[in-house]
Amino acid sequence: MSQPHSPLRIRLLRWSAPILAAPLAGCNWVVMNPSGDIALQQRDLILISTALMLLIVLPVMALVVVFAMRYRATNKATDADYDPDWDHSTKLELLIWSAPLLIIIALGALTWVSTHKLDPYRPLDRIDAKTAVDPKVKPMTVEVVALDWKWLFIYPDLGVATVNELVLPTNVPVRFDITASTVMNSFYVPELAGQIYAMPGMKTQLHAVANKPVTGTGFSANYSGAGFTHMRFAYKAMDKAGFDAWAAQVRASKVSLDRNVYLALARPSEKAPVAYFGATDPKLFDAIVNLCPKPGQRCMSELMHVDMMGGAGKESAHDTQGLQYDFPNSHVIEQSDQNKGQETAPDAPGAPGPHQEPAIDHSNHSGADAHAQHR
Amino acid sequence: MTGTLTTTQMIFGRLTWDSFPWHEPIVVATFCAVVLGGAAVVGALTYFRLWGYLWKEWFTSVDHKKIGIMYMVLGLIMFLRGFADAIMMRLQQAWAFNGSEGYLNAHHYDQVFTAHGVIMIFFVAMPFITGLMNYIVPLQIGARDVSFPFLNNFSFWMTTGGAVLVMCSLFLGEFAQTGWLAYPPLSGIDYSPATGVDYYIWALQVAGVGTTLSGINLIATIVKMRAPGMSLMKMPVFTWTSLCANVLIVASFPILTATLVLLSLDRYVGTNFFTNDFGGNPMMYVNLIWIWGHPEVYILILPLFGVFSEVVSTFCSKRLFGYTSMVYATCTIMVLSYLVWLHHFFTMGSGASVNSFFGITTMIISIPTGAKLFNWLFTMYRGRIRFELPMMWAVAFMLTFTVGGMTGVLLAVPPADFVLHNSLFLIAHFHNVIIGGVLFGLFAAINYWWPKAFGFRLNQFWGKVSFWCWNIGFWLAFGPLYVLGLMGVTRRMRVFDDPSLQIWFVIAAIGAAIIAAGIGAMLIQFAWSIWKRKELAVEGDPWDGRTLEWATSSPPPEYNFAFTPVVHDADSWADMKKHGYQRPVTGFKAIHMPSSTGTGVILAALSTLCGFALIWYIWWLAGLGFIGIVAVAIAHTFNYKRDFYIPVEEVTRTEEERTRILAAGV
Repeated sequence: MSQPHSPLRIRLLRWSAPILAAPLAGCNWVVMNPSGDIALQQRDLILISTALMLLIVLPVMALVVVFAMRYRATNKATDADYDPDWDHSTKLELLIWSAPLLIIIALGALTWVSTHKLDPYRPLDRIDAKTAVDPKVKPMTVEVVALDWKWLFIYPDLGVATVNELVLPTNVPVRFDITASTVMNSFYVPELAGQIYAMPGMKTQLHAVANKPVTGTGFSANYSGAGFTHMRFAYKAMDKAGFDAWAAQVRASKVSLDRNVYLALARPSEKAPVAYFGATDPKLFDAIVNLCPKPGQRCMSELMHVDMMGGAGKESAHDTQGLQYDFPNSHVIEQSDQNKGQETAPDAPGAPGPHQEPAIDHSNHSGADAHAQHR
Repeated sequence: MTGTLTTTQMIFGRLTWDSFPWHEPIVVATFCAVVLGGAAVVGALTYFRLWGYLWKEWFTSVDHKKIGIMYMVLGLIMFLRGFADAIMMRLQQAWAFNGSEGYLNAHHYDQVFTAHGVIMIFFVAMPFITGLMNYIVPLQIGARDVSFPFLNNFSFWMTTGGAVLVMCSLFLGEFAQTGWLAYPPLSGIDYSPATGVDYYIWALQVAGVGTTLSGINLIATIVKMRAPGMSLMKMPVFTWTSLCANVLIVASFPILTATLVLLSLDRYVGTNFFTNDFGGNPMMYVNLIWIWGHPEVYILILPLFGVFSEVVSTFCSKRLFGYTSMVYATCTIMVLSYLVWLHHFFTMGSGASVNSFFGITTMIISIPTGAKLFNWLFTMYRGRIRFELPMMWAVAFMLTFTVGGMTGVLLAVPPADFVLHNSLFLIAHFHNVIIGGVLFGLFAAINYWWPKAFGFRLNQFWGKVSFWCWNIGFWLAFGPLYVLGLMGVTRRMRVFDDPSLQIWFVIAAIGAAIIAAGIGAMLIQFAWSIWKRKELAVEGDPWDGRTLEWATSSPPPEYNFAFTPVVHDADSWADMKKHGYQRPVTGFKAIHMPSSTGTGVILAALSTLCGFALIWYIWWLAGLGFIGIVAVAIAHTFNYKRDFYIPVEEVTRTEEERTRILAAGV
């Protein structure tokens, strides 16, 4: 009818179509469509719980709208229904308490069972819905360290380590041992499994399995300071052949992750490039958890042992040598580190990472001095 | 600290010329705007000679109504600041894509999201609900004031002192960059050496004193000062929910205070409660802070549940359905809120049984909450609903809050929480319940009780504009956040890699802009209504109210009730009207009232000064401030001019004036 208007309308439509469609196109609802079995079960749990709750939420919301419309003062049709003193009905009271109660009983049971079944500490008993785990196969271990502000992955079974790249073979159960070097982070790969906190001086665990070859990202899900936003890593799941080829590539790196390299790596930096270490110190992860990766530090495990054996007497209260772990301004990026992070192209396997620099002299940070400085 | 202190350091601590953030153009511009605005306000107050009036009639007043209004003004001012932070975050997140770092660096952005959380909870939501309870509770129970009027004034100024410290951090030094709960070790001295966390600690400590004392005050008021005949089960529901909220305040705020004391000991004297080394345990802090933090969310929402009960019952012209079950539901929530704190960190790696326990207790809270919703629903049933603004907000609340409640229960399932924790889904959830519950409730309350406080209604047109902007804006702003959470996008991110996410952040930013329009409309609504107050004027009971506050004039006289009413029913005023209550017009007596005092202002100012000195390591000033506090507090005990009588002539004059107005109105 309005010929002159049509072009405008079409133009408007053309202009707005990408905006309207964009949210749906090209988006990846990874939490709703993960590739690891644990994340998949967690997704199912979200869907089932939501459905259970909608059983009561939808009728309630509908009733709110219906009652609001029907009993509005201007609707003369319901005038006769008006009953200003009606304020109690035992039957309705029973209904309004028992209906949510029933839903919560169902949901509570589901919670109890699923929380135990999907406990991150529990070794897997299935690869996917159809395949059980072969009890003879030992799960692969990956040690995860949240550093400022990058991720270190140590593969003790392979004797190698990487920075900001996590690669897993498909259909192999994996146990992650997780810790952090300075402050709390959260280790989260949405494709793979739910998150678990990475905490300094503590070790948390997560069991998971990758089911499909996939490329994704993982990140810290708990704010950890200035460099937090870039604390992301590449996540890749590969079939056996692909994984072995990758492992060989890492092993080929000449750089060994010894204590000094670790200490240099652990210094705050942003946007750290992917780095490979062909060999690692097998005790490194334990040392990190026990807050003693630095030569001369005393390990928490050692102190706990001393305490367990009855302690070291009163005078040990003043014996704090090698126990100081946090240092003033330990979250500040040194200028040279910052530049380096940006110069090196990320995603270059084997690129000269922080590890190639000789370990920085930490003498001014050594126990007693810093302690005196601090207090 | 090095051994040698220069004289400047002795005098100014670590406060130097460089403490002002010269290098942050946004802050400098804001500072200029604030200085100009502040100068204009001070100039205007001086020009119109309002200082004396403000000091005598408001700042030093112990009248619970004036203190209530001052709390609301404080909440509103801080709300604008907190919302400015929100807009900055939305803008940054919509902008920082495709290699762009946005317009905020990490140092600034991390302060913005920390300040947003701290301000919105401690200096917006808390003053709003405290103000509301302060104003309404004594009127609803037929009292002349709260139990401890001076304490009430002091509490208000302590809360204000905390707010002043937070505002100071904008221009002097920096605010915390730790997130609103300042988890250690990040908030420890080694990882946050600057003034940020100290501002956080002392702002919350100073304000916390105010909150705790006002909690004690309101409990005493409700327990001891109810009108004759008002047994507990005849209290208005708002008073009930206020009672429960204040019990929660008194039982939980000391935990916050103690936790922050431990953190300050770590920061100031080198103890190791929450450090990594020397046996410190940051997990302990996380537990402690949430043992306060979870009851806190019920402190915020419970009074608003009460507001909705009053509003729904009034505007349906009907008794509240299931009063008794409403009361029991409130008390159940009060108790259960202590048993759920661990659901804020299922991901810390507690065992499956511990996680299940806290997950299930969390879900159980939804049963009494659900029962409340049904009660409001069946109050509407067979009612005669007038869709005035408060009722519109109540219906919007019922629809919005239900969704937020549902996502909350979803997050209470530990394995589901593992994938949604700390994501934007979580952010969407708690804004869904805090905006949909607390803020919508406050808007309902403001529109409902404004005529009571000022004697004229709020303009409806601008109120409706605000209503629709808020409702549409809310879903546009937080719907995308739910979606982004399901895409695995985590909170507190400053820059994004994945360009396909940008559209969602742009939608969210548009939503925030619409909310801004809603806030603008609300401010216009206030201004317009004040301008047209003669036309909008009302007498005592404009909504055909049901509780005692509507029995007196609007605004109520200083003494609230010339004669203390006698109560026979939960809907006492509706009951009085039904039985042909006649307002007494003779036989007035002189009324005993508490006197104003400036001690509260002085004590709070000294506390704020002391806090400021501690933040900047100006030890002599901190010491002086502390001695000042003690000295003034002792001096105040020798002040014997604490009460006075309103002469009978004045009471008679006031009441006769009202008789005339009532007669003219008929």
